[in-house]
Amino acid sequence: MLRDITLGQYYPADSVIHKLDPRLKLIGTMVFLVSLFLSHDWIGYLAATVFLAGVIRASRVPFRYMLKGLKAIILILLITVVFNLFVVPGDVIWEFWVLRVTRQGLSQAGFMAVRLIYLIIGSSVMTLTTTPNDLTDGLERVLGPLRMVKVPVHEIAMIMSIALRFIPILLEETDKIMKAQTARGADFESGNLIQKAKSMVPLLVPLFISAFRRANDLALAMEARCYRGGAGRTKMKPLLYEKRDYAGYAVLAVYLAAMIAIRIMR
Amino acid sequence: MSIKLEHLNYIYSQGTAYEKQALRDVCLELRDGEFVGLIGHTGSGKSTLIQHLNGLVRATSGALYVDGKNIYDSSYNMKGLRAKVGLVFQYPEYQLFEVNVLKDVCFGPKNQGLTDEEAEERAKKALAQVGIDENCYEQSPFDLSGGQKRRAAIAGVLAMEPEVLVLDEPTAGLDPRGRLEILGLISRLHRERRITVVLVSHSMEDVAEYVERIIVMNKGSVMLDGTPKEVFAHDKELEQVGLAVPQVTYLMRGLSELGIPVRRDVTTVEEAREEIRRLLKRRETCGQAAEGQ
Amino acid sequence: MWNYARRDAKTWSSAITGLTLQNEDKSATMGMISARQQCRLYRKREQSMGIIQSSKLTFEYTKKDEEGNIEEVKRAVDGVDLDIHPGQFIAILGHNGSGKSTLAKHMNAILLPTEGTMWVGGKDTKAEEYLWEIRQTAGMVFQNPDNQIIASVVEEDVGFGPENLGVPTLEIWDRVEESLKAVDMLEYRRHSPNKLSGGQKQRVAIAGVVAMHPKCIVLDEPTAMLDPSGRHEVIRTVRALNEVEGVTVILITHYMEEVVWADRVFVMDDGKIVMQGTPREIFSQVETLKAYRLDVPQATLLAWELKHDGVDLPDGILTMDELKDELVKRICQ
Repeated sequence: MLRDITLGQYYPADSVIHKLDPRLKLIGTMVFLVSLFLSHDWIGYLAATVFLAGVIRASRVPFRYMLKGLKAIILILLITVVFNLFVVPGDVIWEFWVLRVTRQGLSQAGFMAVRLIYLIIGSSVMTLTTTPNDLTDGLERVLGPLRMVKVPVHEIAMIMSIALRFIPILLEETDKIMKAQTARGADFESGNLIQKAKSMVPLLVPLFISAFRRANDLALAMEARCYRGGAGRTKMKPLLYEKRDYAGYAVLAVYLAAMIAIRIMR
Repeated sequence: MSIKLEHLNYIYSQGTAYEKQALRDVCLELRDGEFVGLIGHTGSGKSTLIQHLNGLVRATSGALYVDGKNIYDSSYNMKGLRAKVGLVFQYPEYQLFEVNVLKDVCFGPKNQGLTDEEAEERAKKALAQVGIDENCYEQSPFDLSGGQKRRAAIAGVLAMEPEVLVLDEPTAGLDPRGRLEILGLISRLHRERRITVVLVSHSMEDVAEYVERIIVMNKGSVMLDGTPKEVFAHDKELEQVGLAVPQVTYLMRGLSELGIPVRRDVTTVEEAREEIRRLLKRRETCGQAAEGQ
Repeated sequence: MWNYARRDAKTWSSAITGLTLQNEDKSATMGMISARQQCRLYRKREQSMGIIQSSKLTFEYTKKDEEGNIEEVKRAVDGVDLDIHPGQFIAILGHNGSGKSTLAKHMNAILLPTEGTMWVGGKDTKAEEYLWEIRQTAGMVFQNPDNQIIASVVEEDVGFGPENLGVPTLEIWDRVEESLKAVDMLEYRRHSPNKLSGGQKQRVAIAGVVAMHPKCIVLDEPTAMLDPSGRHEVIRTVRALNEVEGVTVILITHYMEEVVWADRVFVMDDGKIVMQGTPREIFSQVETLKAYRLDVPQATLLAWELKHDGVDLPDGILTMDELKDELVKRICQ
């Protein structure tokens, strides 16, 4: 569990997709998600499938890693499918008691399922090929314009990167406090829900105190190193577009244009 | 109470890329009433080892007998073991959580199933033993000073009245006076309550001063085991694994290497002082004898 | 031996600058010099002025009860005068709660004095416009190695300070490399700090400060949470920075073995500076140190006890080697 959170889902590999600028990957993911909602029929989905398959292929991440993310949404997926299957009115093809399945329902359920699955796989491709740090940097830049409407973009990105650094430390600490209290006879496992919740107090109080102490220390250390927010800061690793990123944007533009064309023409 | 470890192995994250053998075929016996120092580099496996002693960590293979019973038997009473082997973690003050000191110390005894009155009685006794004043009982544990917090946390384990007390670097981060207070406290507990004490430490000087037996861990196995004098005789081996003998031992070895007849197995300042005085006195009498002739 | 010689030379040079300053002061009071001369004199004084100076520095904090009434006022620092010269290695000793950390936080303008003044590089820490300049002049390393590393990659953490100062990207890379080299951590530049030992983490924290090109580094109990080898690594690094790079070092600690190398030692108790001198001068007063809840290295203690037994030994022996040489002399007479 510890490793899952520290590395996000990042899968290290030497591929074109890994090397792309995180901004491009973020924007690309957004474009792909929008394109899924543009599609209305099988040609649109075919185009999306071809595009996604191409990107997955280029990323050199084994396909089963992409499927991992689906586990989390299986329930939502089932509900969506069942809901669409039985509720959409149209030509009835199967009927039992009060349940009736229509042709339109069947196709809509199918499209919704594909849409959801592609949504998850599409974002997995991004998280699997981008380190959490790059992702944070990319997010800071992509969301940059939001600063105009007083969104503290730099601060949000800073919070994210500090969280990435401290999550493993706090997890280790949780483990340590848990062991220490177990040594004093605490029992975190047995009992009903209320007893269990109560038994968490000896774990949570020290954990919160420790987190606050660390936050306080860190704030001091940052101030001592002249941190004063995003203004006037330079970057050690600024994001710079390279040739392949421009090529990436071109591919993305062609894909989006094709999806729009399909939508309009049919 | 005796604890016997037989061919203990512990591998963590088994079957992943992060797999690491933390303990390697450890065989040890801790006898009743001993005062043992456990020494080793960071990552030598000493912290993992002590967590086996009260069953917090389960060995991958091997057996651990407490009073002749294997604690890995399915019928073994693990909760009872935790009360018998008290484990004080590093920086134990970070586990304080109750609204006042007395209640915090009661946490352990209450988990043992004692009534509120019995628990309170035990807590008061433990707090007295670590030298925390009665007028601190109602205070929040977070308002105590650094050294007091540490002693209150130790009282939290003592109140469970363990037969074996294991302390993981109890003096870490304290100032000299705080270190002395804690070490004095532990040594007094050992003397007065006749309990077995295992002291994990980095400081050779501290260990040499207090313990009867030293166990040196290296890379997950027991490297040396014996009285301080026996262990510190292996100065070359200790240095090879990044440990050292007490400073005074170096001094006496240095003198001895220059051909001066002094004992080489001196481990404390007091012993060194005696030895040098004896040497100088002998010189004097010899000198006087020579002059007299 | 080389160290001693070097240290002597350093103290000499500072003594000489102090002397010239005094002379010029005298002529100034005689009112015989022109405005221009005065201006030059002022500039010169600023140059030879201590890097960290304080006058009657006092810091009080008030404890309030639940209704907001003042319960008690505590003086953490009480009338401290300091004058630390560039290039010096200063150690500040004291037990927990003696005020040494509070004093250290004034050197970086994290705390501001309630009375008296603190100057860092000649700038009054109370002047807000100099805040960032002061923090860049006197870098600070804290006790807990985990809580002062900000980034998830070693080199990015070292770059954090220069980024905040607005240093151009290419220069940040140079500074990061040179700082990691100075603390001997270059090979770990792409590692995650979580996987490093305590001593290594502290060295990264030191590199993070060095990359800001400070004139002075204040280390607030940097070794308190480390094991002996980690302590050794950190002290060796700090000494090298002082001797090779000429950075002024202010080391706050309660480990006596670490101050043996200092040019000057201050002992604090109850917010005041109660002892000061060379390590030798300080360590010759074993009983006074004990009264201030401090101990001395084993070598010093043994020498002191032997002296009490009537063995003729010099005062303030600092290392076992010194003691051995002295004993050999006595024995082989």
